[in-house]
Amino acid sequence: MRWLDLFRARKPAQASAASAKERLQIVLAHERIGRTREDFLPKLQQELVAVVARYVAIDPNKVAVNLERGGDMSTLEIEIELPGPQAQRLEAAASR
Amino acid sequence: MAEVIVVTSGKGGVGKTTTSAAFGTGLAQRGKRTVVIDFDVGLRNLDLIMGVERRVVFDIINVIQGEAKLNQALIRDKRVDTLAILPASQTRDKDALTKEGVRQIIEELSRDFDYIICDSPAGIEKGAMLALYFADQALIVTNPEVSSVRDSDRILGVLQSRSRRAEEKLGRVKEHLLVTRYDPARVERGEMLKLEDVQEILAIPLLGVIPESESVLRASNTGTPVILDPESVAGQAYKDAVDRFLGEKVPHRFLEPERKGLFRRLFGGRAA
Repeated sequence: MRWLDLFRARKPAQASAASAKERLQIVLAHERIGRTREDFLPKLQQELVAVVARYVAIDPNKVAVNLERGGDMSTLEIEIELPGPQAQRLEAAASR
Repeated sequence: MAEVIVVTSGKGGVGKTTTSAAFGTGLAQRGKRTVVIDFDVGLRNLDLIMGVERRVVFDIINVIQGEAKLNQALIRDKRVDTLAILPASQTRDKDALTKEGVRQIIEELSRDFDYIICDSPAGIEKGAMLALYFADQALIVTNPEVSSVRDSDRILGVLQSRSRRAEEKLGRVKEHLLVTRYDPARVERGEMLKLEDVQEILAIPLLGVIPESESVLRASNTGTPVILDPESVAGQAYKDAVDRFLGEKVPHRFLEPERKGLFRRLFGGRAA
């Protein structure tokens, strides 16, 4: 009932402070680990790209790295665009 | 060519990052391809205010040092698709931020974006100097408070003498005054500097007045730029400022104290 709202001082708390705490806990947990250990992501990416490049000619600009940090689990997504057979043939012809 | 806009103030805690997030998001909502760069190397914060902190992989220093490509370090916003963020690095030393490195990043971003927003750190040290160096326009974020007004004046002097436009004699950096945390009730009681006073002292064109509002803390709690909250008076004031920036004639709002009825006076409730 609408008129009952009159007896409430405010709308139910929007609980944004809880969201602030949760976000901080997750991001700080990750950052504290990072303080004692060197950030491995740039190196990991470079090495992965180097390994793939041994087999396929790839464009370093077409490597996308996405990360989603979570409390219990994080996901790291590395997307490497491989050139199609046509592009590879063209490149082979060009380097000849 | 993109327009480079620095959001600066000299003083800390006046609302530069809140403004960068809101203004950048507002421009992107208007269909402008917009990127916001965090220049506060050592103390990254824009990512938190924009709610992308869990997605940061690379940062501006990784790009300058060649460890990542620029488009790998850019975080695309999931709410507004023309918006991107380039985070500051947290652990590296400040000397890694170089003028040449920043120049290259801005040049590359200029090809893909309409607006490049540089969120300056407080102070007038290296990060702040580099944030404003390449600016075409400047948003001077000022609180109606003596130290903030003085620091803004200081920064205006720096813009006029030590920016690229000043050094290369390319014409003045276009300055805009944005007064934030304005509380009309306190102004009326004579406890706070009047808008007219701030304008008179700084003597630059007024872009907007953002009222003090509880919604700003709520927005930062949840990592949502306040302009995305349509009920927030601060969000609405930022939207007006963006519209004015894009050349529209929009009257200033929220300059008078809200007249509360007896009921609200008794039961509380503050500005949204």
